[in-house]
Amino acid sequence: MSLHRNRVGDQPWVRRTLIGLAMLLTAIFLVIPVVVIFTQALSAGWSTLAGNIMDEYTLHAIGLTLFVALLTVPLNLIFGTALAWSVTRFKFPGRKLLITLIDIPFAVSPVVAGLLYLLLYGRNGWLGGWLSTHDIQLMFAWPGIVMVTVFVTCPFVARELIPLMQQQGSEEEEAGVVLGASGWRIFRKITLPNIKWALIYGVILTNARAVGEFGAVSVVSGNVRGQTNTLPLHVELLYQDYNIVGAFASASLLAAIAILTLVAKAFVEWRQAKSEHSAPETRGV
Amino acid sequence: MSVSAQTSVAPVRRFSGRSKRVLPGFGLSLGISLFFVSLVLLLPLTGLVVETSGMTWDQFVFTITDPRVIESYKVTAWTALAASLFNGVFGLLLAWVLVRYEFPGKRLIDAVVDLPFALPTAVAGITLATLFAQNGWYGQWLDKLGVEVAFTPIGIVVAMAFTSIPFVVRTVQPVLEELSPADEEAAVSLGASDGRVFRKVIFPSLWPALVTGVALSFTRSLGEFGAIIFIAGNTPYVSEVTSLMIFIRLQEYDYAAASAIASMVLLVSLILLFAINVWQSRFLRRLEGR
Repeated sequence: MSLHRNRVGDQPWVRRTLIGLAMLLTAIFLVIPVVVIFTQALSAGWSTLAGNIMDEYTLHAIGLTLFVALLTVPLNLIFGTALAWSVTRFKFPGRKLLITLIDIPFAVSPVVAGLLYLLLYGRNGWLGGWLSTHDIQLMFAWPGIVMVTVFVTCPFVARELIPLMQQQGSEEEEAGVVLGASGWRIFRKITLPNIKWALIYGVILTNARAVGEFGAVSVVSGNVRGQTNTLPLHVELLYQDYNIVGAFASASLLAAIAILTLVAKAFVEWRQAKSEHSAPETRGV
Repeated sequence: MSVSAQTSVAPVRRFSGRSKRVLPGFGLSLGISLFFVSLVLLLPLTGLVVETSGMTWDQFVFTITDPRVIESYKVTAWTALAASLFNGVFGLLLAWVLVRYEFPGKRLIDAVVDLPFALPTAVAGITLATLFAQNGWYGQWLDKLGVEVAFTPIGIVVAMAFTSIPFVVRTVQPVLEELSPADEEAAVSLGASDGRVFRKVIFPSLWPALVTGVALSFTRSLGEFGAIIFIAGNTPYVSEVTSLMIFIRLQEYDYAAASAIASMVLLVSLILLFAINVWQSRFLRRLEGR
């Protein structure tokens, strides 16, 4: 018996049972739900699906959602890169605290996140009062949606970059300094090529969450059709209206974005592994 | 290989102590980071402090101990615990299968594990509600067995489990990959049974990562909202989660009550976040990515 195996779980029957079980559960929990989204969206035919998507309010929701993502992603890209550079290239008091603080959005419930912004910038908030006397409305309008989306997505880029930049070390950049290159040039020519794939990975994750955020946006949006309704909120609205096919039509767009995200993520991981393989000397380990 | 790696690590460590003076951009990058963290993460917390400090202590206690709110704590806590324990088992199984075996479809499974993070929670919510409804693909079979999922607390467990599947898989996977085969092979060749080797050799190096994954999954489940509200039925005292309670108080324009409950939720999540961070720095090297 022991001749046929040298590690735990090598026996054929154990192997087959575990693989079978994993496949079954993955199908039940992950694959079939995606199939359901598209069958429901198509349950009244292709033309109904097209009609549902070309609906005035749906198109507006798509536009708003893309607009929010378009503003959120660059902001968090700059923040994530700056944060990763400061905590991995320098030592300063409070560095560990800063790394912990950026995890807050991962731990906080999206509803609480929305509430925090509503309390501060809403009409009764201590900043909101001042804003409303100056006729600036942030809550229940698109700026509020962007603000909470920036909050919930701000850890993604930094979380991808920090471990990688820590592992790579700063020898190459230091060599650049010795050779007299400017800071910006060092970043562009040395750092950026090294962190390119992790950066793209972070952007993909940020974008996926920015497009799909529901709880936080739901608190600050006010859900006005054709005005402050993002695509996920639109899905809810149609579902509550018992327009199930319409809700799944919008949901299928979001599911398509999710699938694209997974494909892009797999591609980036593959490229990352490749660049790691071709340039092992740039890595600490 | 390992020798060269060690010699290259040592000088970096010594050098980085001085790197504050060597590399440019300290002021700029730290400035942007601190500005952003203060404006986006810390400033909004003041709103909560101001709102709750407007309440008397009795009002505060009365609000957070309202029987309906207390029931929501209980429902949220036990469903999140059930969901994260389920994910502990399911996630360990997936991580094990993905690391140890080669089989057709492996890459697909590895890719779809992240689906719950990529799929908007509202979409997950209506999809699970449709699947588990009495006439849904899963609901009709469960109905014959006499199990009701949609519009019950079990529905909440399903929604929470779905949205937090990736945590355990992605924390256990890298640890399992780096596990040295030597001890395991020795134990197996000495004739120990698989179960015994797993318990005595593999599990001891795996459990810190497993606990981290389950804790992350639990934290996420406590705050989950989008996926839950569609499947839970939201019956007061039975299937209302705490994040929904906050939402309901907000819709009643009772900002003070919403803030009081939210401050409890926030406190618990920050304690959990802090505990997970301490746990990780004690038992694990910083998790890479996710």
